[in-house]
Parts: sequence; C-alpha cells; structure tokens
Amino acid sequence: MTEQKLKELLAKWEGRRGNLIMIFHEIQNTYGYVPRRISLRLSEMLDVPLAQIYEVLTFYHYFKLEKPGKHTIAICMGTACYLKGAAVVLKEFKDILRIDEDKTTEDGKFYLTTVRCVGCCGLAPVVTVDGKVYSKVERTQVAGILSDFLAKEEEKETNE
Amino acid sequence: MKQIKTVFLKDTGISGEEKTDDFFSVFLGKLKEKDLQKSVQLAKTEFVGIYDKGIVVKTWPTEAVYCNVTEDDIDTIINQTLIKGKVIDELLYHEKSRPSRIVLRNCGRIDPENIREYIANRGYSGLQKMLSSMSPDEVIGELKKSKLRGRGGGGFPTWLKWDLTKKAQADEKFVICNGDEGDPGAYMDRSILEGDPHSIIEGMIICGFASGANQGYAYIRAEYPLTIERVEGAIKEAYEHNLLGDNILGSGFSFHIGIRLGAGAFVCGEETALIASIEGKRGNPRPRPPYPSVKGLWGKPTTINNVETLANIPIILDKGGDWFAGIGTDESTGTKVFALTGNVKNSGLIEVPMGTTLRQIIYDIGGGVSSGKNFKAVQTGGPSGGVIPSKYLDTRVDYESLQKLGSIMGSGGMIVMDETDCMVDVARFYLRFCVDESCGKCAPCRIGGFQMLSLLSGITKGICDDDCINKLELISQAMANASLCGLGQTAPNPVISTLKYFKEEYLAHIQEKTCPAGKCPDLLNYTIIQDKCTRCSLCFKKCPVNAITGSREEGFFIDHEKCIKCGDCYEVCRFKAIEKK
Repeated sequence: MTEQKLKELLAKWEGRRGNLIMIFHEIQNTYGYVPRRISLRLSEMLDVPLAQIYEVLTFYHYFKLEKPGKHTIAICMGTACYLKGAAVVLKEFKDILRIDEDKTTEDGKFYLTTVRCVGCCGLAPVVTVDGKVYSKVERTQVAGILSDFLAKEEEKETNE
Repeated sequence: MKQIKTVFLKDTGISGEEKTDDFFSVFLGKLKEKDLQKSVQLAKTEFVGIYDKGIVVKTWPTEAVYCNVTEDDIDTIINQTLIKGKVIDELLYHEKSRPSRIVLRNCGRIDPENIREYIANRGYSGLQKMLSSMSPDEVIGELKKSKLRGRGGGGFPTWLKWDLTKKAQADEKFVICNGDEGDPGAYMDRSILEGDPHSIIEGMIICGFASGANQGYAYIRAEYPLTIERVEGAIKEAYEHNLLGDNILGSGFSFHIGIRLGAGAFVCGEETALIASIEGKRGNPRPRPPYPSVKGLWGKPTTINNVETLANIPIILDKGGDWFAGIGTDESTGTKVFALTGNVKNSGLIEVPMGTTLRQIIYDIGGGVSSGKNFKAVQTGGPSGGVIPSKYLDTRVDYESLQKLGSIMGSGGMIVMDETDCMVDVARFYLRFCVDESCGKCAPCRIGGFQMLSLLSGITKGICDDDCINKLELISQAMANASLCGLGQTAPNPVISTLKYFKEEYLAHIQEKTCPAGKCPDLLNYTIIQDKCTRCSLCFKKCPVNAITGSREEGFFIDHEKCIKCGDCYEVCRFKAIEKK
C-alpha cells in the first residue's frame, strides 16, 4: 500500500468514531495481513500509540501479523464438524504438510488454520482451501485434496 | 416468451440406495418424448425437508409437492401439472400441520438483493403503519403485548430493553444489531441476514423510532463475506427509497445505519464487549450495571438486539402483538429458529413454535439419529449451554424448561449426539473453546477455565486422581458465581450438565481408564478378534509403525507397546475383526 493509498483510506474513515478496527480490515484485505511497517505509519498518522494498535490487533483472531502462505487451508472446528471427525482430518493435514496449526509450510505454499464455524454444518466436516468448500471430508481424502490443488496450480503455471 | 417450468427431484427413501439419478433420466426421457425439454427445467436437489416418502417431486410455478412417485406417474405429472397446471390430489404430500414460518418468512422465497420483492411481501408495511399512526409508546405497548423475548440467549423481554433506552435522557442514542454469531454449530443469523436483510433493517428503524435513536450499527462477523455484501446492498437500496436517511417517508424521523465488522472474537457476542469492539477497542466486557440501555456505546443509551429478535419486529407491528402472543407458550411466545446439526439425518435450519418438544424436533423434523445408532443426548445453547439426555426428550422447548434441565435456549444451536460421542470429550471441546475465547480480564474465567481444561484433558488421557470430579465441581461453582460476564459465568455449563447426567461415563474414564463411547484415543486398545480375522494381512501392511506382527499361517497380533493408536487397522479391516475398546 503506497503512502497515497493509506492517506485515502484514512481520509475515508476520518472523523468517524471507532474506526480503528475497520481500518485494520481494509489493510488486511489489501495485504492478507497487517504488516508492522503499516502499523507504525498508522500510529504516526492517527496519533495513536503503537501499543494501543497492537493491543487491538492481537486481541482479535481475524487479524494476522505474519504473511500467510499462498493457499489457506481452513479446517472447520465447529461442534458439528468436530463430532463428525474434524480432529482426525486436521491431524492428517498436519502429518502430510508437516506443520502445526496457524503455520505456513516451508515453501510458503500452504497455510494451515482452524476456524470456528464456516456456517454450513449440514456438510460437516468441512474444509476450505482458498474459499473452495470441501464437504463431508474423510481422512482418506486429504491427500487427494492437496494433490488436486497442486495439480491445478501446475496446470495454471504451464498455461501462463 | 413462454414461462420456464421447474421440477425438483429427490429420493427420500431410507434404504440407502439413491434412486434420484435413475429417476432423473427416466423423467428427462419422457420430457424429450413430448419435446418439452426446453420449457421444463429438471433439477436434482439435495434437501426437500421431507423424509422417507420415496421419490419426492416438487413443481413450479404450479406449486405442488408429490411423494412416493413411481415411474408410471411421470406421464400424469407431465400431462396434468406441467401442461395443464392442475394439481394431482392422489400424489399430493400431506404435511403434518405446522404453523407457517415467521422469522424465516422470506428466506429462500424472495430475492434478497431486490427491495421490491421484500416490499411486495408486506415488507416495510409495519414501518409505514408505525410512521403514519403510532407513537413510540404505542410501539412499545404493542411489543409488550407480543411478549417477545430476546433471541440471543438470555430471553430478556424486548419491550423492557427498548423502554429503558427510551426513558434514559441523552443527546444521542443508538441501536445495535448483534450479528456476531460465534457459537460453533449455529448459523441462524447468517441465514436471516443473507436471505432477508431488509427485515433486519426495518426492525432496526422501528427500534430507533421507539427508543429515540437516530443511528444504528449492524455488527457482522467478518467471516461472513456474503452476509456483509447483502446487508451493504440492502442498506444502499433502503437509502435510495428514503426508508433510511433524513426525514424517512416524510415523517420527520431520521435514521442511519452503518456496518461494523467483527474480527473473530466470541466474547464480542456479549453486549458490553460488543460495544467496546464497535468503539474500536479490545472486546473486553465490563461489569453491569449500568446496562447498555442506560450507558452503552460512547456512554450513551443503546439498545442491542439479536438478529432474530429484530426479524420478528416488522411482522409484530404489521399483524399486531396479540397475534404474535397467540403463537408458542404463555411465557415464551412466537417461534424459534434452530440450527439442527450433528448426528441427525436431516440437518439444517428449522423454525418451530416455542413449546415444541425436543422429540418432535429431532425425530419428526430431523428424522432421528443418522447411521442407525442410538440417541444419546442433544446439546443446546453452544458453549454456554448443556446436554440433555434421552429421558428428557419430551421436554417442551422454552426458556424456562431448558434452564431447569441445566441447559439454555441460547442463540439456537442444537446438536444431536449418538452413543459413539464421548461426553467427557464433548465437555472438553466446549471448555477449550471458552478458554481460547476468554478475554483474560477476570481471574475466575482466565484461571478457572484453564484449570478445568487441564483436569478434563487429564481424564480423557487417563492421568487423573479420584478427587478430580470434586475439583471440577468446585471450580465450576467459582466460575459461575464470580466471573465478570456471561462467557465466564456460563462456561462451566457443559461440564456441570454432563457431570449431572453422565457421571458414570466420567467414572469409567477415571476409575477403569476406559472410554465407553470409544472416542478417547489414549484410553483405547486395539485388538484383533481371531475368530473373525480372515488373515487377509491388510492391517499388517497398513500399520505405519509395524506394531502388527504374525503371518498368514499363525494369525496377526497387535503389539500394544508399539501401537500409536492411529486407527488405520480398524478402518482398513473389512471383516470388523478389530476391536476398539
């Protein structure tokens, strides 16, 4: 985000009370996370202490402080999904990708996270990869989902 | 242009054999014979809300639902219904009489992105009636008559909330729509906001008029991008039609609505935390009183209503409070929307009048437990609620009855559990959720939750002493009594209720170190039943740590020292020769 864009964004929310969270949302929509250098600039421009910015940023799960992987794998851990075996599916993803929750693979390709509820409990257990919803996922399908995704990506790259 | 007709198909039989595809091809074949394939759209559907009635066929625009349809009936349906527009009485599906939907009245029926469709379905007529002929006191009086109570969980009378804000003196007041639906396993608010956003806007305007507020905020989860888009669109449309803005419909009353996004904090569903979040701060709750009705957003009187509560408001003004009070029970009026999920055959969103029994909901509407297992318990109220065992299935669903059983109505999650669900594990799941979501401000919730979670984890792993149930009970009481906000006060509920109804399951974990439901991996041992084993050696090949030894001649055995309890052998065995105990 250039200085200019940041100024525009602040102008849009200027004078509106309680704008901090909405500004974070817009920054994250642009970058996929809230970079520290932007937080620093924001602190200067808004005249809000950096501590206060981080106090809010770290409180909410939604805001990310590190650059996420290229593809986000989100495993729903809502009650319905959990009862239908989401924990087993999560473990399989961890084993295959060799990473923990909320971490990115070394090659930066996949970011693994869990979410509270995707809001389609009838399809439990649910996994989303970059927003594409996989429903009624079983442990044995996990490897297939990942290789599908990689294959599609390769195809895209060769086409380009 | 000729109107396109639509036919929906679904095999609702329980035999397990899906005949929808076969039936679809036959139907399509017959349409082609009559050269109708271009004017009739044939569609397979996933869910029709009907169960065990053979092939179900729904037609449109002639609205008819046929059940137990056979291939011989197809010709009749094409000739009578599709061509002549007549309904065939013999095939008609007779639904058990259920009152019509109130909250979800428009969801799925109208185009949520078109304000005209909402208006055509009596939308904004409650608002018009109010602006032309009612005073704020009359609006609150009508609500009082309706006996509507907050649908977010607490069940506080809605009219009282509004009246408190109205009576408070201030230079500005606010209305907030609480759409921070963080309860895992619940998606009622999302469906209402996406399917009928104008009903919420209308509810908020009415609330603003009655309580004397001119500014409203819709607080929506950032995790629901489509919801945000729909509500944004609806607000824009309402402004264009002067239903929002200054001098609404020439009445002199002005009202504005802005959207504020949540950011994934469950505690923000608590009203004082939600207010802090809208103010752009951490979502820390604060002690009440003063209640938000007196001192809320930016210290001004604020009415906070749940999405479902607001969706009820327009129709109450349109049809009158007495009409609404006639539905449901004496103390709990109207209907309630539930997200019925878990191990139930028909999972989905349902709306039932208050006072419907749990049995009716789970068996008549839900179709019973899926996969033929036995029903064990139903969980209501999410992480703040509790489990209800089978002996209370005939309980009528209303605020008081559920509370008596140690659960709560909550926002409307209803999760069915069967005999393979371990109650200790369920309690641990909910508690872990509350520990993750605790804001950390007050000690009972921060420390108590953590300690309870480690006790429960110990129980599921077989590392615990005999005294741990006592400890759990003690901490539960302390948390319930001393926590600052609703999250901490109700967090022990899943533990208390599972202890109350399923104590023997806890004892089995603690004393015998077994999990009766077969869920807790650390307490399970896999063994091969030699009588059933065909010595196919599949498990032998599959085991990732070579814990299965033996040969085809001697038979196979599991070495419990080596076994990592991954369950691969159990899954791969086709002869059910591996026992998990």
